[in-house]
Amino acid sequence: MSGAMQDFATHPGDWLVILPVVLALLGGAVLLMLREARAAQFWLALGTVAVIFVSDIALALRVSETGPVAMTMGRWLPPFGISFVADLTGAVFALAAAGVTLLLLVYLRMDMPDRARRDGVYPLILLLLAGVSGSFLTGDLFNLYVWFEVMLIASFGLMVLGGRNIQLDGTIKYGFLNFLATTFFLAALGLLYGTLGTLNMADIVGRAAEASPAVLASIAALLLLAFGMKAAAFPVNAWLPASYHAPPPAISALMAGLLTKVGVYALLRALVMLLPASRDLLAPVLALVAIGTLILGPLGAIAETNLRRALGFLVIGGIGATIAGVALGNAAGLAGSATYVLHAMLTITGLYLVAGLLEALTGETDTRRMGGIYAVASLPSVLFFVLMLAVAGVPPFLGFWPKLLLVQGGIEGWGFGRDGWALALWIAVLGNALLTLIAVSRLWAHIFWRPGHEAATTEAPNPDLKPLAPRVRRLGLGTAGVLTLVVLLLGVWPEPLLGFGREAAAGLLQPANYVAATGLAGAAP
Amino acid sequence: MDHVIAALSGVFFTAAIYLLLSRALIRMLLGMVLLGNAVNLLILVAGRLGRIVPPIALDGARAPLAEAANPLPQALILTAIVIGFAMFAFLLVLAYRAYQSLEADDTDRMRITEPRGGPQPPMSY
Repeated sequence: MSGAMQDFATHPGDWLVILPVVLALLGGAVLLMLREARAAQFWLALGTVAVIFVSDIALALRVSETGPVAMTMGRWLPPFGISFVADLTGAVFALAAAGVTLLLLVYLRMDMPDRARRDGVYPLILLLLAGVSGSFLTGDLFNLYVWFEVMLIASFGLMVLGGRNIQLDGTIKYGFLNFLATTFFLAALGLLYGTLGTLNMADIVGRAAEASPAVLASIAALLLLAFGMKAAAFPVNAWLPASYHAPPPAISALMAGLLTKVGVYALLRALVMLLPASRDLLAPVLALVAIGTLILGPLGAIAETNLRRALGFLVIGGIGATIAGVALGNAAGLAGSATYVLHAMLTITGLYLVAGLLEALTGETDTRRMGGIYAVASLPSVLFFVLMLAVAGVPPFLGFWPKLLLVQGGIEGWGFGRDGWALALWIAVLGNALLTLIAVSRLWAHIFWRPGHEAATTEAPNPDLKPLAPRVRRLGLGTAGVLTLVVLLLGVWPEPLLGFGREAAAGLLQPANYVAATGLAGAAP
Repeated sequence: MDHVIAALSGVFFTAAIYLLLSRALIRMLLGMVLLGNAVNLLILVAGRLGRIVPPIALDGARAPLAEAANPLPQALILTAIVIGFAMFAFLLVLAYRAYQSLEADDTDRMRITEPRGGPQPPMSY
């Protein structure tokens, strides 16, 4: 039994795996204690997230150099102890999450009412980041459930902060359905533990190959339901457009940027890496879900007049693209999924940031009463234009590359196996790009191009526009500009992105290195 | 023993789903609690049910004396109960607050985020 205990010191570099989570939790706790010192809260939160960002960079660099890095808690070696494992997918996603949070903290300075700051918006954001980072870095499924719940309770708090009626309404729908989803996840975990006798991801990889695929497929279906609900995939997506536009824009941006992506990440991890045989069995279901999400998301955005609700439907469309990659299941498709998650984190957050600026400019949330902004504020128009082309996947911008990989995956799937689903997914990805382009260009035309209100007979400019306060200009436009710049740079120089996609797909399809990092290779009893 | 607990878990699931299909928030909340407990029972059965011997190895021994209860599901359930209770408490307060502010505990009447008969899709362009 001595093999079950760890009798060596953890390599100092391995502490990087847990540093983002520890720092975020510690920072949240300190901020809670300092809730009276309101001036210091922002700077402390900013400093903490900056350090988390740096440690995520270090982690990503180390992982890209040496392969997956693991650390096990409490000297009990896996499968007994809880492991934190970072492979390239998890590390880069955590890095993107920290970067987005860093920008959002600055953006939040722009328009957060004083009341929300008193109620503790900064500790909640740090807890949310802890939950998201923990989900990306953990190597144990039950631990993943715990981080899901940490993330969930923080997002409940953020969403209802301020307590306006619309927020109460949105939070109830968000809260009930997401809690339901995690309960389904827990049920799946119970069944998985009963079948395989382990919940450590690296251990599951080995044991799932020997278990009955039929039993595992039913568990995988339950996992698909749970993660699909969290990610807002097609038949269970109703909570997202009902809730994401309720809180203030900065908070919407944070949620849209981070939360659904964790669901996709869990789907990639659980179905592709842990239960590949079940994924093959479920491929038609996954394809149906992906096609439905791909087509219905942008259709919703076309029919919507509320700006941030329309963006919510675009989030859903993006989720469809990521699930399409999981449904294809080949290297190109999975690379498309992984890069799409990164792209969606950056681009969608940027769109919500610009939407917040537009709401500050017009005092409206309804696109029918916005209008004429192009003449007054050209910079937000340009930012929105770049981001909208990126989200639709027009070539020089970021969204093009993930979609290209997905299209390549569809062609490969069709060419090799005459797989009809691959062809259907290929068509759906292209259809999604077209519909998204229609939706966003119409939004752009309505908000920026048209002189005044809808049905206004004059060509006179919109009289309700208020110029942005200098502080809003500086912080809001600054952060949105930085994010847009990143989107632009990654779009014109996609080599790092594509390299990440290839590595991530290879790591998910061939988890041997991941298993070896946890110390389980050949150690099976 | 296993069969009885498994059947009980099934009954809990059934009742929970019935309650969750309701439109009243309080019924849905009770459904969530039942669902949580159904899942907890499920994890307990999925582990192992046996003669009640605590899973403690005596000093110097490498294994417990007799066939022991499986401690891991119990640890999992303990965590799940704590988390589930926190969520339940939050949702209960939220539902009460919504009842006060929105004067509704019927989800069909909570339509601020998605108004009934909302605006038509934009007609221009």
